[in-house]
Amino acid sequence: MSRPEDTLPPDLFYNDSESRKYTTSSRIQKIQSDMTHRALELLDLKSPSLILDVGCGSGLSGEILSASDEEGTPGGPHIWIGFDISSSMLGVALEKEVEGDLFLADAGQGVPFRAGTFDAAISISAIQWLCNAESSEESPAGRLSRFFNGLYASLRRGGRAVCQFYPKNDEQKKMISAAAVKAGFGAGLLEDDPGTKSAKTYLVLTVGGGELDG
Amino acid sequence: MKLLTLNFLTCAIKTCKSSPSSFPLHPRDAELEIVEADLNLKFLENILPRLMWDELRVVVDELGLPTLPPTIPTRADLVAPSSPTSSSSSSDPAPSQTARDLHRILIETCVREGKLVCGNCGHEYAVKEGVANFLLPAHLV
Ligand SMILES: [Zn+2]
Repeated sequence: MSRPEDTLPPDLFYNDSESRKYTTSSRIQKIQSDMTHRALELLDLKSPSLILDVGCGSGLSGEILSASDEEGTPGGPHIWIGFDISSSMLGVALEKEVEGDLFLADAGQGVPFRAGTFDAAISISAIQWLCNAESSEESPAGRLSRFFNGLYASLRRGGRAVCQFYPKNDEQKKMISAAAVKAGFGAGLLEDDPGTKSAKTYLVLTVGGGELDG
Repeated sequence: MKLLTLNFLTCAIKTCKSSPSSFPLHPRDAELEIVEADLNLKFLENILPRLMWDELRVVVDELGLPTLPPTIPTRADLVAPSSPTSSSSSSDPAPSQTARDLHRILIETCVREGKLVCGNCGHEYAVKEGVANFLLPAHLV
């Protein structure tokens, strides 16, 4: 099967029927939910925080972010703001009446929030899309750099971001983490079940300076 | 879109990044709605030092909502004074009226329809069903 990233840009790939397929597949929901919980474990939030969800899609991760500590969301309930480039996906999120604020936005164009806005950011199965350059005016390097620079500035000092993504190959993995480091992040790549069909790659990013307080 | 979000959102256009007038974005032709939500006192305490109070007051005025107090409340203002007769077994502090008011304005008051306008470049971001469109044409990125 071909990777969706190799065929069409995400706003075209996730049309209404694909969006619905994506959000109603219980297998995908389970994987997405497991990865969100793993990302939250890596974020290690102690109290209700303001979180950016990059590529929030239909709000599958957002629903977990809005849950309480007792329901299994560390430090929750959190308040989140989600970005997605697919209006069909956001339409599904609207129908579900998710609690986060939704933006139709392309992370490859930057992150339009003032400095130090977010305690944390999360991204599940999205940032490999940044490596698609959709036109001759855009390059993957330019899109990655606008995204990571914007993300870095919008996180508060001491903040963290965890991005789970599906790298096409080792070269792409390196290109993505190098772009994060260039933006100023401390970066580490973590792999769960490496070498298997269910291998998961997490890019764990930290913003230096400042104290981690409640 | 919550007024909380508007207190952090800036114009996305590259040339506006360095201009102070690109924040806050100004609501125009805005239709508001109240979306009830559970009060999250710990979140309010967390976000309080990051609010830009003067800019929040500007937006609240522009929306024709009741004027906010001139100075930002403190974290202590968010907690109701504990009554001496209350049982000591209750674990969490109760929110004060100040916290309830802040919750109402930041979390429950939402822009449902309208536009957000940059004070620097004049770009208008449409808001439909609470979702803001921040996709830019390539030449503005
Ligand atoms: Zn502007």
